[in-house]
Amino acid sequence: MSVNTGSKNIVQEESVNAFDKALIQNKLVLKREKTTTCQINVGYLCNLSCQHCHLTAGPDRKENMTKKTAEQVILYAQRSKFDTIDLTGGAPEMNPNIEMLVEKLAPLCSSIIIRSNLIAINDAQRASLINVLKKNRVIITASFPSINEAQTNAQRGAVFLKSIETLKKLNTLGYGDSKNSGLELNLVSNPTGAFMPSPQEQVEKRFRTILDNKWGIQFDNLYNFANVPLGRFKVWLKKTGNFDGYMEKLMTSFNPCAVQNLMCKNIVSIAWDGYLHDCDFNLAKKIPMAGVKTHITQMDALPAPGSFIATAEHCFTCTAGAGFT
Amino acid sequence: METYYNPQDLLKFDQIGKDAPDLAKKFFDYYGAVFAEGELTEREKSLIALAVAHAIQCPYCIDAYTQTCLEKGSNSGEMTEAIHVATAIRGGASLVHGVQMRNINDKLSMG
Repeated sequence: MSVNTGSKNIVQEESVNAFDKALIQNKLVLKREKTTTCQINVGYLCNLSCQHCHLTAGPDRKENMTKKTAEQVILYAQRSKFDTIDLTGGAPEMNPNIEMLVEKLAPLCSSIIIRSNLIAINDAQRASLINVLKKNRVIITASFPSINEAQTNAQRGAVFLKSIETLKKLNTLGYGDSKNSGLELNLVSNPTGAFMPSPQEQVEKRFRTILDNKWGIQFDNLYNFANVPLGRFKVWLKKTGNFDGYMEKLMTSFNPCAVQNLMCKNIVSIAWDGYLHDCDFNLAKKIPMAGVKTHITQMDALPAPGSFIATAEHCFTCTAGAGFT
Repeated sequence: METYYNPQDLLKFDQIGKDAPDLAKKFFDYYGAVFAEGELTEREKSLIALAVAHAIQCPYCIDAYTQTCLEKGSNSGEMTEAIHVATAIRGGASLVHGVQMRNINDKLSMG
């Protein structure tokens, strides 16, 4: 494939995938706009092995960001000036450099997020991490797929009740009441199988009512996303004979209006080894940013607006229905 | 194997409008309005639809509304309870007619 990271978008004929065809049919062009967010994937090490994980993260994964790469990431953030920095994994809490990353990156941006599975963050051996997150006003965006215990445990292992305990603990620290405490707690829900997500507002309303009524838990926002047919989720889809039907659902749910809000227009995703991608899903599939393998040490500034964004069929996940931001 | 019920036929439902488009449009507009959120949520309406689907034993409806219930956030426990509601009403409808049987029996039989 031949690409140009500048304003000219060159895609050879053989690289036109079904997603590109859908864009062309709808007279849409997907190009990078101003990059405002830096997502940092510190590695695939995780204490859970969730069925829907697009990265196949788990306890046996060895890919974990080193201190040297973490320091390079901090230098890259210093010279790039992002509005938002988003720390993810695996379980980012399990990276030995996570506290240093938070302390050094928080002053460089107006908003910093950590993605949490609600289990690793509540481990006694990481007691200091929550204090570091609180001190730096780090937004906690937590995976919480369903308010039903059986559905959650089917996707993530037997973690539902532990997740509830962590949410209660975060509430006692002030998380989930950002208007008063400045500590934002967001939930991410996703379907626990091969089906599409509900409208976000309806899910948020229901989660808010049930979490409050049953456990007295508060949160700030809820995001409801479709699962991406990559990694362990793709294996599960194939094994259960759901892959073709799921892809068909994603493709028939293509919403041209969702393209204008795609996160890849404004985000760079840094892998554990310091290489750049257009999003965390392209990272999972090892598709480099703009189709050209580029390390953060090679980047003097933000990617130029107008740059090519690499696509593949999994991009239909982000354009299904209301979209994925 | 030939079968009267083919899952792919569900996707052809709109073909029913081919020879009577005005009636089909009226039906599908009404159908859409019925399932939109009102006093009941879309999730609650989907559970009712799933229960009715079992009462009328429509395989298309069971397929469609199992998926819809999941997409609207219901779980298998809720869906199973909904089906029991349909079953209780169906069973109860049979059983309550036993009163008629008893009335007739009492009239015809020597007490």
